[in-house]
Amino acid sequence: MGAVLGLRTAAAVTTAKVVAALSRRLGFGGGTALPGLVADAVAPGLATRLAARLGHGCVLITGTNGKTTTARLARNIAQAAGYRPVHNHSGSNLMRGITACLIEAADARGQLPQPEQRLGIFEVDEATLPEAAAALSPRVVAFTNLFRDQLDRYGEVDSVAALWRPAVASLPSTTTVVLNADDPGVAGLADACRGPVLFYAVSDPSCAVDQIEHAADARWCLSCGREYSYSAVFYGHVGHWVCPGCGRARPAADIEATRVEQSPDRPLGLALSTPSGQFDLALPLMGLYNVYNALAAVSVAVALGVPAEAIRTGVASFTAAFGRQERMTVRGREVQTILAKNPAGLNQVLRAISAEEGPKNLLFLLNDDIADGRDVSWIWDVDFEMLAGQAALLLASGRRAADMALRLKYADIDATPAIEEDTEAALEMALALTPEGERLYVIPTYTAMLRVRKLLARWGRRPPFWKEA
Amino acid sequence: MEAALRLAHLYPKLMNLYGDRGNILSLRRRCQQRGIALTVDELELGEPLDPAAYDLVFIGGAQDREQRRVAADLLGTKAEALHQAVEQGVVLLAVCGGYQLLGRYYRPAAGEELAGVGIFDAWTVHPGPTARRFIGNVVVRWQGGTLVGFENHGGRTYLGPSARPFATVIAGFGNNGDDGSEGVVQGENAFGTYLHGSLLPKNPRFADHLIAQALRRRYGEAELAPLDDALEQRAHVEAVRLAKKRSIFGRR
Repeated sequence: MGAVLGLRTAAAVTTAKVVAALSRRLGFGGGTALPGLVADAVAPGLATRLAARLGHGCVLITGTNGKTTTARLARNIAQAAGYRPVHNHSGSNLMRGITACLIEAADARGQLPQPEQRLGIFEVDEATLPEAAAALSPRVVAFTNLFRDQLDRYGEVDSVAALWRPAVASLPSTTTVVLNADDPGVAGLADACRGPVLFYAVSDPSCAVDQIEHAADARWCLSCGREYSYSAVFYGHVGHWVCPGCGRARPAADIEATRVEQSPDRPLGLALSTPSGQFDLALPLMGLYNVYNALAAVSVAVALGVPAEAIRTGVASFTAAFGRQERMTVRGREVQTILAKNPAGLNQVLRAISAEEGPKNLLFLLNDDIADGRDVSWIWDVDFEMLAGQAALLLASGRRAADMALRLKYADIDATPAIEEDTEAALEMALALTPEGERLYVIPTYTAMLRVRKLLARWGRRPPFWKEA
Repeated sequence: MEAALRLAHLYPKLMNLYGDRGNILSLRRRCQQRGIALTVDELELGEPLDPAAYDLVFIGGAQDREQRRVAADLLGTKAEALHQAVEQGVVLLAVCGGYQLLGRYYRPAAGEELAGVGIFDAWTVHPGPTARRFIGNVVVRWQGGTLVGFENHGGRTYLGPSARPFATVIAGFGNNGDDGSEGVVQGENAFGTYLHGSLLPKNPRFADHLIAQALRRRYGEAELAPLDDALEQRAHVEAVRLAKKRSIFGRR
């Protein structure tokens, strides 16, 4: 029986590898999902068997925003700590993507080279978490945040929370769960945990904003329904919260950013307090949301027992996931591409851009494919108004370019928004209209990002992301 | 005309899930450009509505958990005032969840039936968690032309004899996916609809219809100067094109 299963595993792995090679050769894509689908048809449960061969087990990372960046940070830290991570770096985060990535790491017999050094680091789609947690027996499961995203796909924000709770409750008591203490919807999962919990949080009050954003969704107590009261709001509904009704409050954090330094054109400076000691980090990213991503990744490392020195080395070696937050030089212009796909994420991106110096050249690309969300209503909950007086160039592109331009018009940002639906023509136009030596911000939704990334890779070269880091 | 209008935005924090705030931005800007001072008051849980103080009332959509809390508050603190306001000709626009709660009742997928305010002679039934959710771009025809938006609802709404449909479905589902009706008009001045998008920015004629109605009631006349709506029209036409294309090739 065991031999038969082994043969079947090997057959599935070989078949899937052939499919992946074919898929790339025929130009269907990077072979990041199809092989997983095929392998699962040949040998159901393949991911479970391959994951069991990872000597150090695996880590799952999920949440609305920040999965890819957090997983990449965790991967870099793991490498610095001497692990050989298996990581779905392409961002293919459904079960078939994870299976495909395990297949890629395996040899033709379905064995992993140097299994004793292997650690799986998988970003997981929010709705896939229950299936992934059951199939992969993770050592650590980390949650970033819970915001509304793709309501046409998930229905409601509450339905995601309703999926997570039983998934967390059915984890074995040996699994560590990493939670964002500042996001009440995520922190509340602690009630369902059977094993150890690590909370991360920002405690530097200078990061607070004066006003709660229009896109703040989860402002009502999970237990009693009263509106949370905040002594500090960092973004969306993330901050220092307490329920005035039942007293439910932000839990004490194990991993904490006690100081956050954000200055234009510099890496983020963080002072961290962790169970492995206090240390500083230089994070080559912008925006407070990335501070949370770093905290989640550091918490994963702490859960794995990685020493502080390896954490620092790993973070310093980080470059952003291609297209997610990345700078490159194209025709004498510095182009910074930042993925934004929901109100909370885009508000954070706009806030970070507003904090930079000088007039801003902005290209927004709004698509409405299934992976972006069919409904573009969400742009009306984004506080574009904060760009007032700052925009030198406003260009809208993508299939819903007209919707985006209309939103920008109603935000009363002095510059008149121009429309160019075609991605390539819009990028050409934006580059031509951005003065040489200035920066162009390109802000796409998911499928638009894939297209932008291809074009920029063809046109530009990738310089070191941060000279300082 | 030196005009001023006052709008009550009901539960902007709770009923805010689908970008419905764009409707307020649209009304505000379209008034402002014509020299009409529009004041917007945000009324949350427990805050009473003064029926004599307003020309317009708006309520948006939310998920079931928030709707349950809003339903109780509507009945407790605002129902009577809403009835008075609508009888006196105040212009009301209710979108999605707000539309459902202002009907006779809403029966959710799970849990108890929610009593509605009864402004609209309509009721809504959610056929259960396994039933198809009505999600997608939607195009309808109302008396003033086409309207375009996005719908995302599990509940099916049916109209009683004293209500009339707001519009007819051209592409999409509308009230119940069955009878081709979309939304409701009660009297001349109370509108319910499932259209997000946001609705008003891309449908400026309907936005102006609401403003004109509110002006006529307060000042007896309404001369709305035309605005440059080239961008609005472009977004409208594009969205209609996409909705029709997708409905030909099957939904999703």
